[in-house]
Amino acid sequence: MADISIPIAQARLSNEVVSRARALRGLIFRDRIFRIVTRAAAALVLALLGGVILSLAWGSAPTIRTFGLSFLITEVWNPVTDEYGAFAPICGTLITAFLAMIIAVPIGIGIAIFLTELCPQPLRRPIGIAIELLAGIPSIIYGIWGLFVFAPFLQAYVQPALINASQPIPILSTLFAGPPYGIGMLTAGIILAIMVLPFITSISRDVFETVPSVLKESAYGIGCTTWEVVRSVVLPYTRVGVIGGGMLGLGRALGETMATTFVIGNAHKISASILAPGTTISATIANEFTEAVGDLYTSALITLGLILFVITFFVLVAARLLLMRLDRKAG
Amino acid sequence: MAKYRARRRVDAAAKILCVAATIFGLGWLTLILAALVWNGFGGLSLAVFTQMTPPPGSNGGLLNAIVGSLIITALGLAIGAPIGILAGTYMAEYGRYSRLTFFVRFINDILLSAPSVVVGLFVYQIMVTRMGHFSAVAGGVALAIIVIPVVVRTTEDMLLLVPGSLREAAAALGMPRAAVIRHVAYRAARAGLLTGILLAIARISGETAPLLFTALNNQFFSANLDAPMSSLPAVIFQFALSPYKDWQHLAWTGALLITFAVLAMSIAARVLAARAVNK
Repeated sequence: MADISIPIAQARLSNEVVSRARALRGLIFRDRIFRIVTRAAAALVLALLGGVILSLAWGSAPTIRTFGLSFLITEVWNPVTDEYGAFAPICGTLITAFLAMIIAVPIGIGIAIFLTELCPQPLRRPIGIAIELLAGIPSIIYGIWGLFVFAPFLQAYVQPALINASQPIPILSTLFAGPPYGIGMLTAGIILAIMVLPFITSISRDVFETVPSVLKESAYGIGCTTWEVVRSVVLPYTRVGVIGGGMLGLGRALGETMATTFVIGNAHKISASILAPGTTISATIANEFTEAVGDLYTSALITLGLILFVITFFVLVAARLLLMRLDRKAG
Repeated sequence: MAKYRARRRVDAAAKILCVAATIFGLGWLTLILAALVWNGFGGLSLAVFTQMTPPPGSNGGLLNAIVGSLIITALGLAIGAPIGILAGTYMAEYGRYSRLTFFVRFINDILLSAPSVVVGLFVYQIMVTRMGHFSAVAGGVALAIIVIPVVVRTTEDMLLLVPGSLREAAAALGMPRAAVIRHVAYRAARAGLLTGILLAIARISGETAPLLFTALNNQFFSANLDAPMSSLPAVIFQFALSPYKDWQHLAWTGALLITFAVLAMSIAARVLAARAVNK
């Protein structure tokens, strides 16, 4: 009897070994598949960027063939005669983003200083969150608010005062010339400033918090005031990060679409006055793309998109490189 | 002594300016929310949720826009969230120190702030021109492209917070890598992953520009994914810029709905994230 049971036990054992090996192979196989799938998903993120650039470049080909590089410096934008130039939207984009930065950078840094140096501890989180909620409000809400609430307010109270006050001063009088439209470059710039404020604030606050307290305490110890500590210790220590945060905000301001579309006025011309209506790249695309008839018209708008993407890409790359430099210092 | 007093004065002035900056920032938030409630609250009624968008001059609601928004958002999330989570998984688990991860992280941070109007153009180029017409699917794909970077970022960050000792303990029991990730890392980082998805929903539910050239808009109710579909942001855009008073009122009501939904989601995400990190 024993002679028979041994082979059976052996067979059972080898069966077990085989099925174990099979299960193990299955696990290895599944592990490998999962690894490949996750890797493919990561590669897809890279492909997305390449795809965006390639497809926009493809769509821009007719424009580039027709107008060449002069597209960049032509101010004409005439769908009737099929002549297009990107100069006015490019200028509009740069001017509104510049205005936004002039307003948002000092205020963003001010709020960050308040939050890290002055604010009582229990209020820090709620105020920080409230400022960050500004970033959560969708762009179109800024647009509708800007058009119906903010622009009429500027038109009735602020712009007439600006025009009158700057009348006698040579350069300012051209900068703030003309009838108060309400909508225009300045309005768009102010609204963009409100929109990028939370980005600048939160990055500045984060980098301010990386300043070693020993540095600050020793400055206080030799009798510095809060402002002197901020100016001579905190800001020099975090300069790179603050600039990076500003660039990140700039990237946002350049590409912002719906809010500017509502309040910029969509006029394809360049004015010396920042109270005048203008246009930006993104506003032009949003306003005209669905109504564009003809291949060249569509292509011109896609080329605008490509220009915008390239500009923001370089700004954002610069921002990230600056912030990475800071990370390396901190880590 | 005079010099000391001057320094104190400069200090006080700087402090006052910082406080003023903070009040300035908080003031905008209050002003915008107040304007939304002021202009939009009066329009809130049952009809908003039960009736279609009206032609100018007659009564109606936002039903087709609300449903359209929900469908397109769900579509964008269904496409974008799995890709984002998988990519984030590779970056935090398999390829933590690989060169691919370094590049993906860098590019992903740029995509996070890339202009959304360009995403709309891209999807128009690859889908709408191919298919020959605008469609809800194209809108969903456009939103998915915005979802991906948000989810990738939070997934990677949250998986990196999971202690390595948990993974080692599971691996020591003989668990294969894929199982460790799915049963241990994902479970430990569940609240964090959910935060990323909530943030992504908050981000896309107000997105307008990418939908204008992909899902377009639709005056009527439609559940056809292959046809143009209405969405709240697109309706707000159209109605707010129209000269009709009743359309403008509806636009304000829609704006109120979107804003409070989005703010509620971002606050929820914040609470969830705080809990995920503290644990």
